[in-house]
Amino acid sequence: MDPKSLRFTPTHEWVALQGDVATIGISKFAVEQLSDLTMIELPAIGAKLAAGKAFGEVESVKSVSDIYAPLAGEVVEVNNDLRDNVQLLSDDPYGKGWLIRLRVENPGAVASMMDHDAYEKMVAEDAH
Amino acid sequence: MSSADPLLRTALHRWHQAHGGRLVEFGGWSMPVQYRSIVEEHQAVRLGVGLFDISHMGRLTFDGQDALDWIEHCTTNHVARLTENQIQYSLMTNDRGGVIDDILVYRQTDAYLVVCNASNRTKVVAQFQAHQQGTQSHFHDRTEATAMIAVQGPKALATLQPLVDQPLEAVRYYHQTTGRLLGKLDSVISRTGYTGEDGFELIVPASSAEEVWEAILEAGRPHAIMPCGLGARDTLRLEAAMPLYGHELGEDTDPYSAGLGWAVKLDKGEFVGRSILSMRKEAPPLARIGLVLEGKRIARQGAIVLSGDREVGLVTSGTFSPTLQTSIAMAMVAPDARTVGAILTVDVRGHRETARVVKLPFYKRPATA
Repeated sequence: MDPKSLRFTPTHEWVALQGDVATIGISKFAVEQLSDLTMIELPAIGAKLAAGKAFGEVESVKSVSDIYAPLAGEVVEVNNDLRDNVQLLSDDPYGKGWLIRLRVENPGAVASMMDHDAYEKMVAEDAH
Repeated sequence: MSSADPLLRTALHRWHQAHGGRLVEFGGWSMPVQYRSIVEEHQAVRLGVGLFDISHMGRLTFDGQDALDWIEHCTTNHVARLTENQIQYSLMTNDRGGVIDDILVYRQTDAYLVVCNASNRTKVVAQFQAHQQGTQSHFHDRTEATAMIAVQGPKALATLQPLVDQPLEAVRYYHQTTGRLLGKLDSVISRTGYTGEDGFELIVPASSAEEVWEAILEAGRPHAIMPCGLGARDTLRLEAAMPLYGHELGEDTDPYSAGLGWAVKLDKGEFVGRSILSMRKEAPPLARIGLVLEGKRIARQGAIVLSGDREVGLVTSGTFSPTLQTSIAMAMVAPDARTVGAILTVDVRGHRETARVVKLPFYKRPATA
């Protein structure tokens, strides 16, 4: 997926919306910051997620981080390949490293999220 | 040190910044935690050679007639047993038998050198000063005037040898020499390290640190040398089951509980902490153990260790072991929970994870042929 077409959260998740289904992942920047990933925990299909609440966790040699739901909705698909091979997330965070697909309650909420330029700007500012 | 104080910088700080070092606060210093990948840096040390800036470690030199007695009084191991150029792992304990710091004591030709942890340098200096009365000796804090560089891994000797004016093979484990580096720099070269591999640690003038660092990188190129940060230093020492102050060691931990009773010589004469330690030796309140977790979650410092439903202790350090490819941890537990092979559980953020008690260390380097 072209990161320029995605929307981002301040907590480094990305969203790609198609109809009312959102594919959700973690930004390349966040993956690089975590580095040396060891494990990811994702919800089961059917789980109901609340916007802004943790729905999973990603662990690296250094630390463990929560992953937050950018939008409210129901999990309709989970990237099970990641459970066996979390390296996919490091290698291809915007493609094979996607996390879950969510049937969202309010697709319109995506419009208010940061676009790629705004996200890059936030990351650059945080670095200083 | 309060958070308002500016961080200390090593003589290699600029190099780290220019080469992608991810800088973090450690013991009051700004230090690289990694350059690219902790796991890649770790493997470089296990399989080839890695280079570490360890200039944050405290370096105190002692000279004068009665330096020996002074250090002897403030530390637990037997300094008088050291032969010239020999190095000893030791502990500085308080009068409650708790550990102020774990240190190395070097016996040099006309002096002693004490290397202590960055975060404890102020405490160590204060303790020596508190027991200075009556001695004619002096110590000098050489930390900021010098740099300290570790070259670690099976290819450390081959990397370093061409840069030194004498045969390093002759320097035995836990011994030092004063050699000339790059044909001009008088340096302390010790066969020591904190990785579980063969290797050397160098002390050079701070003003020459970058030149030495670059020369080692160049010499190590055929062996795929990598600069390594504190992240790899931590995973390497943990696999080798070496304690880290603030984790396995602290002011309220006695050496016997930490499994370091071998570094306490109760029969050497009086020293700070001796009377309480002679009692602790009989019944240490805790035991340091190794755990291998069944799942992938990492049990980090502070996680509760249980035997059945009974809390038996706390995890002190945990990581993913790049060598064993599994989640490992060290913990301090009640002595009756230390049995190798026993199955315990660890509460990792609300998940009960199964863990097996294993013999330490997790990793031991293959014997050299």
